Amino acid sequence: MARTGRIREKLRWSKIYTFSCIRPTGSMTADASPSLSLPGPGHSRVVRCNQPHAHRRNPLNYPSNYISTTKYNIVTFLPKAIFEQFRRVANLYFLLAACLSVTSISPFSPVSMIAPLAFVVGLSMAKEALEDWRRFVQDMKVNIRKAIVHKGNGRFGNKFWHKIRVGDVVKVEKNQFFPADLLLLSSSYEDGICYVETMNLDGETNLKVKRSLEVTLPLEDDQSFNDFSATIQCEDPNSSLYTFVGNLEYERQVYALDPSQILLRDSKLRNTSYIYGVVIFTGHDTKVMQNATESPSKRSRIEKKMDYIIYILFTVLVLVSLISSIGFAVKTKFEMPEWWYLQPQRVGDSHLYNLSTPGLSGIFHLVTALILYGYLIPISLYVSIEVVKVLQAMFINQDLQMYDEETGNPAQARTSNLNEELGQVDTILSDKTGTLTCNQMDFLKCSIAGFSYGLRSSEVEIAAAKQIASEESGGSVQNGSGIDYWENGGSSCGSSPEIKLEGGITCKIEKARKPMIKGFSFEDDRLMQGNWLSEPDPDVILLFFRILAVCHTAIPELDEETGSFTYEAESPDEGAFLVAAREFGFEFCRRTQTSVFVRERYPSSADPIEREFKILNLLEFNSKRKRMSVVIRDENGQVLLLCKGADSIIFDRLSKNGRMYEVDTSKHLNEYGEAGLRTLALAYRKLEESEYSTWNTDFLKAKTAIGPDREAQLEQASDMIEKELILVGATAVEDKLQKGVPQCIDKLAQAGLKIWVLTGDKMETAINIGFSCSLLRQGMKQICISPVNKDLITQDANKALVLSLVTEQAVKEDIQKQITNASQMIKLETDPHAASALIIDGKALTYALEEDMKQQFLSLAVDCASVICCRVSPKQKALVTRLVKEGTGKVTLAIGDGANDVGMIQEADIGVGISGVEGMQAVMASDFSISQFRYLERLLVVHGHWCYKRIAQMICYFFYKNIAFGLTLFYFEAYTGFSGQSVYDDWYMILFNVILTSLPVISLGVFEQDVSSEVCLQFPALYQQGPKNLFFDWYRIIGWMSNGLYSSLMIFFLNIGIFFTQAFRQGGQTADMAAIGTTMFTCIIWAVNMQISLTMCHFTWIQIVLVCGSIATWYLFLLAYGESSPLISGNAFHILVEALAPSPVFWSVTLLVTAACNLPYLIHISYQRLYNPMDHHVIQEIKYYKKDVEDQCMWTRERSKARSATKIGFTARVDAKIRQLKGKLHMKVSSLSAQTVVLPPSPDVL
Amino acid sequence: MMNNSGASAAGSSSGSGEGSAPRRNFKRPKYSRFTQQELPACKPILTPQWVISVVEIVDRYDSACIPRNMAKDKVAYIQNAAINKTCNRTLKVLKNMDQPIYVYYQLDNFYQNHRRYVKSRNDAQLRSADEASETSGCDPERTTAGGAPIVPCGLIAWSLFNDTYSFKRGNENVMVNKKGISWKSDRDHKFGKDVYPKNFQNGALIGGAKLDPNKSLSEQEDLIVWMRTAALPTFRKLYGKIEVNLKANDTITVTLENNYNTYSFNGKKKLVLSTTSWLGGKNDFLGIAYLTVGGLCFFLATAFTVVYLVKPRKLGDPSYLSWNRSPLGY
Repeated sequence: MARTGRIREKLRWSKIYTFSCIRPTGSMTADASPSLSLPGPGHSRVVRCNQPHAHRRNPLNYPSNYISTTKYNIVTFLPKAIFEQFRRVANLYFLLAACLSVTSISPFSPVSMIAPLAFVVGLSMAKEALEDWRRFVQDMKVNIRKAIVHKGNGRFGNKFWHKIRVGDVVKVEKNQFFPADLLLLSSSYEDGICYVETMNLDGETNLKVKRSLEVTLPLEDDQSFNDFSATIQCEDPNSSLYTFVGNLEYERQVYALDPSQILLRDSKLRNTSYIYGVVIFTGHDTKVMQNATESPSKRSRIEKKMDYIIYILFTVLVLVSLISSIGFAVKTKFEMPEWWYLQPQRVGDSHLYNLSTPGLSGIFHLVTALILYGYLIPISLYVSIEVVKVLQAMFINQDLQMYDEETGNPAQARTSNLNEELGQVDTILSDKTGTLTCNQMDFLKCSIAGFSYGLRSSEVEIAAAKQIASEESGGSVQNGSGIDYWENGGSSCGSSPEIKLEGGITCKIEKARKPMIKGFSFEDDRLMQGNWLSEPDPDVILLFFRILAVCHTAIPELDEETGSFTYEAESPDEGAFLVAAREFGFEFCRRTQTSVFVRERYPSSADPIEREFKILNLLEFNSKRKRMSVVIRDENGQVLLLCKGADSIIFDRLSKNGRMYEVDTSKHLNEYGEAGLRTLALAYRKLEESEYSTWNTDFLKAKTAIGPDREAQLEQASDMIEKELILVGATAVEDKLQKGVPQCIDKLAQAGLKIWVLTGDKMETAINIGFSCSLLRQGMKQICISPVNKDLITQDANKALVLSLVTEQAVKEDIQKQITNASQMIKLETDPHAASALIIDGKALTYALEEDMKQQFLSLAVDCASVICCRVSPKQKALVTRLVKEGTGKVTLAIGDGANDVGMIQEADIGVGISGVEGMQAVMASDFSISQFRYLERLLVVHGHWCYKRIAQMICYFFYKNIAFGLTLFYFEAYTGFSGQSVYDDWYMILFNVILTSLPVISLGVFEQDVSSEVCLQFPALYQQGPKNLFFDWYRIIGWMSNGLYSSLMIFFLNIGIFFTQAFRQGGQTADMAAIGTTMFTCIIWAVNMQISLTMCHFTWIQIVLVCGSIATWYLFLLAYGESSPLISGNAFHILVEALAPSPVFWSVTLLVTAACNLPYLIHISYQRLYNPMDHHVIQEIKYYKKDVEDQCMWTRERSKARSATKIGFTARVDAKIRQLKGKLHMKVSSLSAQTVVLPPSPDVL
Repeated sequence: MMNNSGASAAGSSSGSGEGSAPRRNFKRPKYSRFTQQELPACKPILTPQWVISVVEIVDRYDSACIPRNMAKDKVAYIQNAAINKTCNRTLKVLKNMDQPIYVYYQLDNFYQNHRRYVKSRNDAQLRSADEASETSGCDPERTTAGGAPIVPCGLIAWSLFNDTYSFKRGNENVMVNKKGISWKSDRDHKFGKDVYPKNFQNGALIGGAKLDPNKSLSEQEDLIVWMRTAALPTFRKLYGKIEVNLKANDTITVTLENNYNTYSFNGKKKLVLSTTSWLGGKNDFLGIAYLTVGGLCFFLATAFTVVYLVKPRKLGDPSYLSWNRSPLGY
């Protein structure tokens, strides 16, 4: 990997850039500034550069670069996992019961207590182990990545990431990740800068410039590291990404280090061929790992509620046991002495039946009773739920409709314990870049000299057109299959290529809309192939193209295969402009320190001419200025200022004669904005030589000024020249949304979900995206909250540091006022359709999230239809998530793709990671991973809905079943003098939960579907059953429990009544305990299995087999058990064959009890069906009678009604438009009162 | 029979509940005798022979068999081995009773299902002579004072019921057959043919009956029946069978040995003579329960049908969807 004589790129960015890349002038010698040696605790780290061996011994022995995110290792697995298991109350109870079962207190044999527990715990632990193993494999993949490390004597070689030590010198090449936190020493650029993409850290996609110290610049090739040595003293590992304090001692001089020399692990080197750096922090010391919080173990709401049920059951259990033990004590004291047949005087070695101490016996008996009635608490509940969830997760993983063909990634449920939570989501917090958008810009339209060019429609327009088309055709959608208009994509609309929108926009829907060139989707023959020369203002158009080609900071790269250029730009917008310019015939081909070269194909029709534009100054973009300009001198010597920027900014700076196209352009800009495009206005100014040189002196003065107000001065200088502009036109770039995002958002909004966007991007970008994915629309009240007049404040701060606290306070008060005003405004709003959107800036958010303000902020945010937070840090994302989660008490879902979303993903109730291009951090931290945002719809509306209902039903049924069974034991107790005798054989009881009733309930939890997946998607309102928690509210739970109580009473007393004393067979035999117990048990098996069949509404052969199978298994077991040696089966020997099966009473009791047990539930569901059907019942019926096929009109109408009243999404947008039209029509009608007016059909549809 | 149909009627009226569940799209139903409801069937007609007729005679004798002078101290009476406890009872047959007539004794307030009692036995010992010393679980009646194992051990065997009955119709002896009153599987597999009682009822405390040490356990059917512990504190156990028909107005004289102590715990003792039907003994509860549940089903089925006819809900009527019912939707 030695350097191959590559010429270092000779570019000195510091010369052109206005703001950054200005090196701190001068270095301080060690003796000159003793204060620089960093004091005190927190800054104790010492790194000996290029001497990794020095770090193998204490005190400099820092952790290696090995990372591990596993919960366990081989040694700790057993104790830790067992501990985890027994943190569940129920498991602990069963452990205790198992321990006691070896004593004589236990009513059961030890094996009947220990075996199920071991099974249950073992299974759960196996699952834990598997999940941890997966984490381990994932870690190993990272650990064995290779890096190029200095191995001594100027030789570099490959080394595994985990072998890298502090002090190593590493060389990182283009597009590689940094293996650890590095100090940048030098780069392929002469002035030691490099570009870094910190996507994984903060989600920002624009490149950041890092620069090395001047003093380390000579370390520019492998050989120079032969005898390099230096010492770094710096801060201890911490999690702050944007700060770094330290100094470098090199050649006996001390240089201060700041964050701009630090390259953080997991960020990526871009646009730079290579860099050298020295490792400062490794492994878990790195900033990114310090930021990684341990992923919290999440539990779903249902499971938490289930705990309460378990507590209730515990209470019942204790109560019942107390009754039992008091009864026992009383019986022992007063009656047992008379029971000579028990020989009560012969106590033996146990205190269980000691007549002299009935109290003690009672206490012993309490323990017995607690074990005996333990069947109230279903031991297999947890394990059944676990099994069900794993199977549900398998279905999620296997879902073909969530499989992404392009990346080959299926959806993945990474933790299976949140499946049902997916069905209860209330708020979605979404990242923007990479989640909603692909972060790829397409040049789509432009407005030049007052003419709009570009025929292609944005995705937003296409979708809106389709929607309106389908609404207009009165709901009779051409495709009768019932698939939504979204799903059929562009293909079915091929038949109607032109759809007239109300707004008068004619949009063309192409059959396949594939941009041939990345970043360029422009299509208009008027500008292509030089045709623009015959347009009205060719010179303005020429200028437009030149601005595109010249006004930027990108670097061209020649693609040797195709011979064309690609561009490494700071932002994807800029890249799109350059590609557009290239396609228009203005190919930016070369950049030197001072010039930009553009190959112009036109106006001369001959070979392209390479023109040179001298760059005199570059006034770069930042979020405050919202514009960038270059001052150039063209080949004619004319000095020009070319400027591009946000329309509002540019329009303010136009000269009087530069406003020729302002009206038209701003109209176009509005249209573009409406179509969800990102717009920039382009302008220029001609400068006189003298004017320029005066300004340039000022500017240079500002640029070289030292001190805190340098930036302010620079800005002022820039302001001076960026005025009196002449408007040329505007560009519209489509920030390409990921496929299906608007549709998905629309559907989710219809399902009643609220969507918040949290992005690290600029406010304007965020608003644009808000528009393009319909979170915002025209006519929505935008409440922007940001600290106003920041300049003033900073100036104040500069003037008097003392004041800074006061201003801080002022800003806070200001924001508070903004929030209060906005809330007031929303409260006063009377129009039910009015929607408002809250857009808040990260800075303002810091204040809004403070303890005293956050409730106010939250209530405002909840009132708004959509919320967009811009410029938020990863930490703030997590804080906002927590605020929503805790403030509203509803289920939140966070979705993101980058490492900056990890905090939010972990904080939310459900974290969803997009497994796309941006590393694996988000996915690693997430609970579910999908490869595209649009799969979220199916994940929530279909799988979430199903899983929620399944789990809810399953848990309810579980409790029912165990109550029905467990209480019969208690009733029987009352008949045995509370002695703790069970009427059932031990084996029956073991098998009850583990085998006889487990499989049907699992099939309920895995396969149940109230409605098919298509219907789920067609009726998003069905989803609301989850967030409203219709299936797991206390009413329902208590209902099920009462059903269990009723069943237990029926089962017990009917059996007792029938088998009381008389013979139960023709042969005159009376029933003994085994016969009664077995019959009762048979009744239970039938009753609970019939109950589950009534509960299920989706029978496949699996359910049928399992339900019938578990009944059959019971008889088979009884047969087999009866055939076994009487030493094992005891009184159950031959019981079925000899005693029960020949007896008609046995069979008729089974029938009677089963019918009696299920009667109330049957009445309940019949009544509910008849008079109070729920939505899914009606839809089931519609489907069953095929009404949807017969009466498509009704079906479509209901589908559109099923949408939640939503204020965001396309539907809302169309609704608003239609309301607007209706309003207009209404006015017309009133004005033309005499005439009859035929209303167009479209408004009637809604 | 009727209650059966009632239940299914209720089921079908609410068929919407689960009827719509298995949705399959068979275009045309396939012919089968089953689906077309043409399966061969037998059609029973309710004839008088089907009506259950069980005759039962119950006679409580525990207090009647105490001589008047001892009535105040029944326990002392019963525990005094010196007194002859023979007692005569007269029973009147009210209806014709066809043989076999089963003779039961019924005890009351006797906790045969007490955990201490139920556990106090050893199946292995009962089964095979080799396991005679296997007395685990038989506490507190395991061994004699000398430590020799008791066969059969345990409280259950120890407290074996020991009243005896003999019957006379007029002067004619009515034989009670005590063979075949226990389960065959118990005789064949659980009580060994080679196991003979040993050290039984030798201790200081005498419980109930003594066993003939020359008869193997499998022949001691009283013991076998007794060892089948009852589920409830009130229970009947088979004593024997009378294999002659008794006619209405016959008078039966019972000579009984009133040995068993139920007086300590105020338990009743009853003698029961009963015939059986295919449903077993006299069992009003089963009939009542069936009639109740069936009647309820029938009533509900009718109610639902009526309600359905009066105020039907169109199935699949979209106006019942929640967004159509509440004006604002969700």
